[in-house]
Amino acid sequence: MNPIIKSILAPKFIFATLRVMTPILYPAIGVAVSALAGSVNIALEGIMLVSAFTGVIISAYTGSLWFALIAGVLAGVGMGAVLGYFHLNLKADIIIAAIALNMFASGITIFLLYILTHDKGTSSSIKSLVFPSYQIPLLKDIPVLGPMLSGHNILTYLLFVAIIAFYYIIYKTPLGLRIRAVGQNPEAAASVGIDVKKIRMYSLLLSGFFGSFGGLYLSMGYVSWFSRDMTAGRGFIAIAAASLGGNLPLGTFLGAALFGLVNAFSNFIAPLKIPSEFMQSIPYLTTVIVLAIYSINKSNKEKAALKEGAK
Amino acid sequence: MGPILSLKNIVKIYPNGVVANKGINIDIEENTIHAIVGENGAGKSTLMKIIFGEETAEDGEIFYQGEQVHFRNSLEAIDRGIGMIHQHLMLAPELTVAENMILGTEPIKFGIFLHSKKILEMTEKACKEFGFEVPLNKRVKDLPVGTRQRIEILKVLIRNAKLIILDEPTAVLTPQETEVLFKSLRDLQKRGKTIIFISHKLKEVKQIADRVTIIRDGKDIVTENAKNLNEHQIAELMVGREINFQRIPLPVNIGAPFLKVQNLTYINEENITKINNISFEVRKGEIVGIAGVEGNGQTELVEILTGLRQATSGHAYVNNEDITHLTPRQIREKMVAHIPEDRMQNGVAEHASIQENIIVDRYYKHPFSKGIILDWKYIENYTADLIKDFNILAQSGKTPVSALSGGNIQKVVVARELSFKPELIIADQPTRGIDVGSEEMVHDLLKDARDKGIAVFLISADLDEVLKISSRILVMYDGEIVAEFKNTEDITQEKLGPYMLGVKNQNKASVEES
Repeated sequence: MNPIIKSILAPKFIFATLRVMTPILYPAIGVAVSALAGSVNIALEGIMLVSAFTGVIISAYTGSLWFALIAGVLAGVGMGAVLGYFHLNLKADIIIAAIALNMFASGITIFLLYILTHDKGTSSSIKSLVFPSYQIPLLKDIPVLGPMLSGHNILTYLLFVAIIAFYYIIYKTPLGLRIRAVGQNPEAAASVGIDVKKIRMYSLLLSGFFGSFGGLYLSMGYVSWFSRDMTAGRGFIAIAAASLGGNLPLGTFLGAALFGLVNAFSNFIAPLKIPSEFMQSIPYLTTVIVLAIYSINKSNKEKAALKEGAK
Repeated sequence: MGPILSLKNIVKIYPNGVVANKGINIDIEENTIHAIVGENGAGKSTLMKIIFGEETAEDGEIFYQGEQVHFRNSLEAIDRGIGMIHQHLMLAPELTVAENMILGTEPIKFGIFLHSKKILEMTEKACKEFGFEVPLNKRVKDLPVGTRQRIEILKVLIRNAKLIILDEPTAVLTPQETEVLFKSLRDLQKRGKTIIFISHKLKEVKQIADRVTIIRDGKDIVTENAKNLNEHQIAELMVGREINFQRIPLPVNIGAPFLKVQNLTYINEENITKINNISFEVRKGEIVGIAGVEGNGQTELVEILTGLRQATSGHAYVNNEDITHLTPRQIREKMVAHIPEDRMQNGVAEHASIQENIIVDRYYKHPFSKGIILDWKYIENYTADLIKDFNILAQSGKTPVSALSGGNIQKVVVARELSFKPELIIADQPTRGIDVGSEEMVHDLLKDARDKGIAVFLISADLDEVLKISSRILVMYDGEIVAEFKNTEDITQEKLGPYMLGVKNQNKASVEES
């Protein structure tokens, strides 16, 4: 069998997919939860950068993984709060505010990185902790499944907890019901006494919360340092993943999995003599193609619905 | 029994200086259905918002259940047992019926989770108690508008409303759905609820209300038992002058055919024949009215005649020129005016100003533009004249259309369509959702156009309208023209009915009265 095909069929391909989709699914949940409330957060890129940076710095200075985790999450939630304040209290357009926040995140992390490490590129001069990886007893010994699912970073395991938590919040709590109601018809929600601004603020805080795990994983799991703009567009791919999945739990999961799969694929066929620039563009190219197919499909459906309505 | 709600000298002045209510006094008796009628912009909706706490009055007192109240927001009104069903339904489309009903008052378990069992119990109990049947687990977006309205009423009932306000509830309903609504309202009355019903449809007011208050120009004109007033009296009190409900006289001078439709067929994308080989003509100086239940091909026919849709086969001629494959602008340039069915969708650009909406079809012509520059000075004067001629209630031509009432928006459309001196007017539901006063004005304008020798093609779901102004009536059923009548006194709704429902067909019967 062709060695490339063989390697793609190997369990480690699925392993790689899970690894690669981790920093996509976290922000994708962040996008989805904000989109359901009707105020789409496109600042996940910035949220992840700030969390990734905060995690590395705090872990290096305190030597505590717990402090790093807490600080990283607070940084992400704080970014969500800032976005909410601009959008909801100061009535700024959420797209503009989020773009500003993304640029701010890129700048401030490089600035602080230089102040703290005298390096504008990476944090390699200070020693960051990393989140541990675990082998799962019993599971690891099962052939095929073991090498796929065992040996992952703790944050990759938590990914499943996160998507289930997202599901429960959205469908099983009053907050989730209100988030959906506010997103679909804010006037209707307001007419039964729901504070639309408050619900949107909660959804943006949740958005920052989920996004921050993606950032922490990037700098303290995927690698063990912070480097400038290390999110490399994952916060934007997350928007695509979430909207492919209709901002719903299972769909968002599958959307992120698709991008993870494509990413892993481009890594696995790297041994072929294809120019590496082309290989690296595959995930982004897929984003464009998938989004195009998705929107054509959607507009067809809308046309059909219109016809339906005209009858 | 004393009044459940007393309004004393309610005055409301909006920040822009508009006085919406000029001292209104009404007593609403407990356990009655009380209709409040008035023209668009008379101040009915404002008054309801004041009762419901969405607006505050500048002056006056409100007594509810014998004690004076000052609601600061609608939640306080809801807490006291007042519920309001808005004209635009307040539902979240992707949520289920049950979820919509309990939204904002969700029962919880374990501190943070929705108590799904209790939600089902609560909603089922409400449905049973009030005799409403709604599919609790279906999503709202999959349900027809009549059902959605019942959900709104249930939403109010589940919050223990005793006084229920409905703001023009029938505006979005079919006649059948209206029947169902009225039955529910009477049921609710039997269960001790008090209902305030806002409307400008006089027939409905007579049908459902115990008492009627007529509001004109921000003042209550009269409050009376409904059975003591007839429709004509209510209409005249509403408008403040006499209204002509008589059929307009038939035209004297009918000219040559101006619009000719020959063997027109339209098959839609789903292979359904919406228009089946129809032929007819409209002559200069006559009004040809299409009667028919909506959805029998009228919309498609109008869209084909105005260039918005392509016919599958057959031809349409205006003044002997084939227009079947022309664009909307090319057709307009043959002097064809179009008053569209849905004014908000196709009639106006809602956030643009009146003057922008007026010139939207002629901006490129002299004298509206000079070279490539628009002459705003000219446009302003031009619009000001139209505002005066068509009696549009607006401060100036710069007022955005969205700030106008429905009747006035329709007048903007009519002003644009009649002011470019058309030779054919295609009027699709020209008076839908507007009050009697504006309606009469539109009818008069169409009659005047007819008498000037203009051909008028009227499509209306309102049979009274078709009978009132048409010179000739065509009945459309399932994409075909099944009957044609010259409009005389002996043509009645009862006579047209069987054709509209497809029971009778002149084309198929050998002998037919006409």
